[in-house]
This record gives sequence, structure tokens and C-alpha cells, in this order.
Amino acid sequence: MDDIYDVQGLRLSLADMARKPLFGPAPRLEILKGLTFRIRRGEIVGIVGGSGSGKSTLGRALLRLLEPSGGRVLFEGTDITHLPEAALRPYRRRIQMIFQDPMSSLNPRHRVGQIIAAPLILHGVEAPHETALRALDQVGLPRSFASRYPHELSGGQRQRVGIARAIALRPDFILADEIVSGLDVSSQAQVLAILKDRVRDLGLTLAFISHDLSVIRRLCDRVIVLYQGQIVEDGPCDEVFAHPQAAYTRELLAAIPDPDPDTDWF
Amino acid sequence: MSYLHIENLTVGLKGTGDRLLRGVSLSVDAGEVMGLVGESGAGKSMIGKAILGILPRSAEVLGGVIEMDGENLLALPPRLRRQRIGAKAALIPQDPLTALNPSRRIAPQITDRLVDILGWDKARARDRARESLAEVQIPDPDRVLRCYPHELSGGMRQRILIASAFAAEPKLIVADEPTTALDVTVQKQILRLIRDMQARHNTALLFVTHDLGVVAKICQKMTVLYGGMVLEQTDVRSFFKAPGHPYSAALLAATPRHDDPAASLTPVPDHVVQAVRAEVAAADRMQRHG
Repeated sequence: MDDIYDVQGLRLSLADMARKPLFGPAPRLEILKGLTFRIRRGEIVGIVGGSGSGKSTLGRALLRLLEPSGGRVLFEGTDITHLPEAALRPYRRRIQMIFQDPMSSLNPRHRVGQIIAAPLILHGVEAPHETALRALDQVGLPRSFASRYPHELSGGQRQRVGIARAIALRPDFILADEIVSGLDVSSQAQVLAILKDRVRDLGLTLAFISHDLSVIRRLCDRVIVLYQGQIVEDGPCDEVFAHPQAAYTRELLAAIPDPDPDTDWF
Repeated sequence: MSYLHIENLTVGLKGTGDRLLRGVSLSVDAGEVMGLVGESGAGKSMIGKAILGILPRSAEVLGGVIEMDGENLLALPPRLRRQRIGAKAALIPQDPLTALNPSRRIAPQITDRLVDILGWDKARARDRARESLAEVQIPDPDRVLRCYPHELSGGMRQRILIASAFAAEPKLIVADEPTTALDVTVQKQILRLIRDMQARHNTALLFVTHDLGVVAKICQKMTVLYGGMVLEQTDVRSFFKAPGHPYSAALLAATPRHDDPAASLTPVPDHVVQAVRAEVAAADRMQRHG
């Protein structure tokens, strides 16, 4: 019973508005086609796949930002698949998300301190402003950043604010959706190092969505490979990278341009 | 004599003393691929934009030489310069979504340049557009020419931009992060396509990227930039064997690699960043007192 998530036959379809007839309902588009997996407490799971493979949709279904159309999602044994919003509220604090684009997920009119403190106030955490400052310490930003606006920060610093906002609530589970794909290699390395350290020392569970297998290899304990809404491979990182079973995983690995000019890559 | 030869190119922000490029020199031969690497703000895209004469309005060339085919572009009157650039150079842009006009069909977006700059008649331009699409392995080029951009996938759109860049047989192409917006598997196909096209047409290619992995696969020479300054210029093989500047070595150590996870994603140490910043500041002082 040390699973934080138990997902059984998860299905999700959305209305395909591009093909909606003038009258009548839009046809359904199957995004997730029956996914079954567990996430253990304290684990860092990578979710990888090409664009359109359903990795972001899966993340949003885990957080119940989208309601699944079939199957079950159990969070610590509680079925949250179709839980109404009011009943979900107590779980919201415990499940946090870090977004891909910090420019659009941080309110440009709020100072960093307000951005981090807002969810703390919403959830009635005591001393929200002091907690927000401590969260800045934890991501290695000076406390003076609390009075800055997002546009005054670099991409890497903004993403660290996103991490601070998520960890300040002391959640059990964090979903990070492509959080380094817009960053330079140097800030990417720094953000990932901070994320990994905080997840480990706060004892969090992390699902890390990425299209970059090299990043997943470095960060994650386990990797789930998605292809067209289905899990094609799920296993410990070391094993999957050493002996990929699925043809799609092998194709993904072969497509990574490793920084070595001598191997015959093409 | 190299096809493209840049010497001491300095670009500044209008109305301020700030310099975006600090005396950049580089040369690219026909048939050669040069990688321009660095973090965002290092000036790598700015070099391409200065060559193609598409600098943002807020920037201006303060000095230096951009020689293409033995002719200094910066010494030409603007009209003639635009014509030379249009006839001899082309751009493969980063984002296939914004580079194509969403309200026009593909055909005129390729043929406009051939008609306006090279003075071809419409029928010939359209034939050339069809040939170019076929050359980048687009099935059923006639149908694609009639499509609007939204009807095509990201990889398909990037192929069209490559076809369009090569359509006028330019001798120099600037590729500005052409695969950053793509999936790894699509990226590989596009890189292979760019490499094949470049080799077949014997084009000089300037490849702007922040991904050292991509540089290793597609470039023969490379230039590492920081703060608009060239830190290192070398051939790709020796760079990956032994980077010549502490900052480039740190950049390489920060690059993620799946085959050697322990040796990757090391954040660039603070002292390296401080040292390279000091180097840039020293160059500015030299220039002021110069």
C-alpha cells in the first residue's frame, strides 16, 4: 500500500472541434487508450513520448484537471476519477504542478512573493509570506527576489519560482510538464539539480513529463514510454535504456543526437 | 577565399553604448557547415540576422566587414545589398508555425521570391517550387502547393521551409534553430534532410543552435559565443575531444546525454560564468580605450 497513484485502464477522450459538424455533437477523439500503472511514494517517474502521444493529457488526468472518460484513478487509495470539485479541494493542496512555460504560468502583474504566497493563502497555510520566503531559499534564489516581477527574471530563475510555488505547499505529489524544454543547457542543468534535490529531501513523489530521454535518464528512477495514447514500455530507467523492449523506445533512443561527432548517427 | 567571410563585425543597440556583437570574425567555405553555439543572448542568431540584413530595428551594424562571394555587403547601397542577399543567401527559420503566412497557400509563399528577386516568370517559378518540394521528399507536391499551412504537420511545414530556402539555389544558407520546435524523431529526419540538401547543392551553411548534440552530428566547424564575443573557433572533432575554453567545456558538461548520465547535466559553475563575464568586460574596456 505504498502506491501514491494507482491508475487502472485510464481512458480519456475529448471532443474533436476541428471536425465538428454544423449541427450535432463533435466526434470524440481518443487521447488515452486504457493506461494501467502505479506510482510508488518517493519515486521519480519520467513520462516520455512524441508530440501527440498523450503525455500532457495523462498528467492533467492525474491532477484531475481533466476528467477521465473511463477507467479509475486512485490517489492514496481514494477513487478521485469522478470526484466533484468540492470533494477534490482537500486533495488539491497535496497535488501540485509545475508548468512548461513560466511566462504564461506566472502572473506578469504580481511580484514573485505574491505568486508563491497566493496558493498558501488560498489553502489557509499559516504565515504564508514567511513560508514563501523559505521556499525561495529552497530553490536557491535570494529573498530579495520576492519583490521582483517575473519579467525581471531569466528563464531559469522563473522556472525556479515555479518550483518554489509548488513545494511551498508541502505537497505529496508534483507533476512537472516539460519544465526545462524552453531553457538553455546551462540553466536546464541547474533547474533539474534543484528539483531533484528538493524532491529527495522533502520526500516528494515526482512525475516528470519530457520529450527528452537524456534528461529523463539523468533525473528519473523509472520511465513510462507513451505512443499514441498507449504505454509501450514501463520500467526502471537503467533497464529501459540498456535493453529497450519496444520498437518505439529504440527509435526514440536512436534519434537522440549525442554530443559525439564520431558515431555514425544518420 | 571563403564564400562567407566576416571580420570584426560589431552590432550595437541603437541609442545606447551597448554592443550585441563584439568584433565577431568567421569564415565559411562552400560545402561547409559551421555551427554557431551559445546560450540565449549570446548573439548567435544576431550574426545570421546581420548577414541577411534583417536585424531588428533597435539594432545597427557599428563596424566590420561581411564579405559574401568576395564582395563587402556592408559597403553596397541598400537596394543592391538586398538584391545580392536575396539572390545568394537564404534563411531556414526556427518556427515553422510563424514563418509561413497562415492566410496564404504554400505555392505563392515559395514562388514570390523567385519572381520578385530573380525575375522568373510565374510558370517557371511554380515548376521550380514543385521540384523543390519533391526534392525534400514531400509526397504529392501539387496537392501541398495548394494547401494552407494549418493543413500540414510541423515536420511537413519545416520541409517546405527547407525547400523554399533551397529553391533559388542560394550559395549560403543560415539555419536558425531549425529543429528546436520539433520532436526528436522528426528532428532526426529534418537534420538528415538539411545535411543531404546542403551536400548536394554544395551550400555554405551557418547552423545556429544551442544543442551541442546537433552540432556534433551536422557541423564540421563551430564557433562558441558568449555575450556577443567569440570564445572559441575550432573544428567539431577537436572540440568534443577537448574544448579549448573553460566556458565551452562547462557547456559540454551541462549537455544531457543518455549514454553517460553521470557525466552530464552538470550546472555551469559560478566561477566559470564570472570569468567569462570578466573576459567580455575586459574586451569592452579594450575597445573603449582602444
